[in-house]
Amino acid sequence: MVEFNGVGLRYGPDAEVLSDISFNLQPGSFYFLTGPSGAGKTSLLKMLYLAQRPSRGIVRLFGEDLVSMPRHRLPGFRRRIGVVFQDFRLIPHLSARDNIALPLRIAGVSEEDLAGPVGEMLSWIGLDERAHAFPPTLSGGEQQRVAIARAVIARPQLLVADEPTGNVDPDMAMRLLGLFEALNRLGTTVVVATHDIHLISRIENAQMMRLEKGRLSDPTGALRYPPNRS
Amino acid sequence: MIIPRVPAQHRRLLPDRRLSGPTPWVIAILMLLTLLSAAAGIGLARSANAIGAAIAGRVTVQIVTANPVTRAEQASALRRAAAAQPFVRTARAVEQAELRATLDQWFGSAEGDDPVLNSLPLPALVDIDFVGEDRSGHMAQLRALVAREAPGARIIPHAEWLGPVARLIRSLAWVAGALVILMTLASAAVVIMTARAALGTHYTTIEMLHMIGATDQQITRLFQRRIAIDTAYGIALGSAVAALILLLIGWQWSGVTSGLAETASLGPAGWALLLALPLLAIALAALTARQTLLAALQKIL
Repeated sequence: MVEFNGVGLRYGPDAEVLSDISFNLQPGSFYFLTGPSGAGKTSLLKMLYLAQRPSRGIVRLFGEDLVSMPRHRLPGFRRRIGVVFQDFRLIPHLSARDNIALPLRIAGVSEEDLAGPVGEMLSWIGLDERAHAFPPTLSGGEQQRVAIARAVIARPQLLVADEPTGNVDPDMAMRLLGLFEALNRLGTTVVVATHDIHLISRIENAQMMRLEKGRLSDPTGALRYPPNRS
Repeated sequence: MIIPRVPAQHRRLLPDRRLSGPTPWVIAILMLLTLLSAAAGIGLARSANAIGAAIAGRVTVQIVTANPVTRAEQASALRRAAAAQPFVRTARAVEQAELRATLDQWFGSAEGDDPVLNSLPLPALVDIDFVGEDRSGHMAQLRALVAREAPGARIIPHAEWLGPVARLIRSLAWVAGALVILMTLASAAVVIMTARAALGTHYTTIEMLHMIGATDQQITRLFQRRIAIDTAYGIALGSAVAALILLLIGWQWSGVTSGLAETASLGPAGWALLLALPLLAIALAALTARQTLLAALQKIL
């Protein structure tokens, strides 16, 4: 599903923040991306959700080379990826419902057709009663749930989350992780960047991707050459 | 499409703050000045053209022979001879009464019985209008004719003394045209600044939209629509005030019926151009906004 091969990333003339990153993400798998602050987790996620092209190396997503892909084709690929940001990035003047409906509206889904999925999603995250509330009036946990609902409503093939539990209490963190797990069971590949060791231990069969000083630790080669899941 | 169609649900992506910024007001002022300059330019250009056309092929032959009888005979002979020439469209002897009426303005009306006015040695004048464009060839032929029929008479081409006035008016029309162009450029600059400011203000929204798969065209349509509508408000306001001023000037102008003022009208084509300008301005604003937004979005992956 996602293949990185010898990928390097540098910002301007500075040294590379990511070097020789190689891995293969398998469809339907769950990955935790860990590492100390400044290790390059966010930079790696940016490349995963197509906000950044690598400086070198090969990146293939859904079977296509993204490095040389013309810019106008990127939106089609982004619609297959859900992103949860640490700072939520909800649009403040849109209600929770409208924020969640946004990916479907952008994809051209009619208002009639999106009403059902948006309602289901609001129920799923337990915010039916706050559907028309605006983000500034929601708590941190509620905002994070809206952000997750927005990321998954279009049933993405790949879900990327950057410290999704960084702004919520442990109880809420577990509930959010439950949402990711449920989505993963439906077939979505999930990549969660986190520092939270307790979180990692909660998901069975989750694979670890550890970044240190811009390099991916893969002593067994399992990330680069994953075993056949079948 | 000047103002692109955007679904109502998408419009809400930008907060509704219509007419809150300076853009509509600046555009209104620029549109007002543009329309007034354009109207002035059109009026002056038409005036210059009318004067130019009137004087280009016209000469007056001034016969100053001392003997009034001989003078009258020469004028009459010249008029007849000139009228028979193929290069002359019309030849008209100016009546002495008409000359005296002209002098009345300077000497005071004597109602035809002023002995001083009657005793003035007024020249005999023959107005001649040429046919076609070959004025220099016609002048040579006319000189020969005048030398034969009224020796010593002076030929006065009207272009000699009204030409500088026409040129001055035409220069002013060009200045007005240049002002229209400058103000159009200023309006485009305002739209570019507005588009860039909008992108800066809503950068996080744009980034988010990109991340969930919005295309540049979708994002551009949102902003283009907003800018085009804001600009249209400004243009409508500026145009309404300009129309009011022009109608007021037109009403005052209608009372001026003498001399050059008569030629300074806008004409149907002028009014049509003035009516088209606001629509062109809205189209220009929408196009400028679109190009600015697309160029800026290209810089974001």
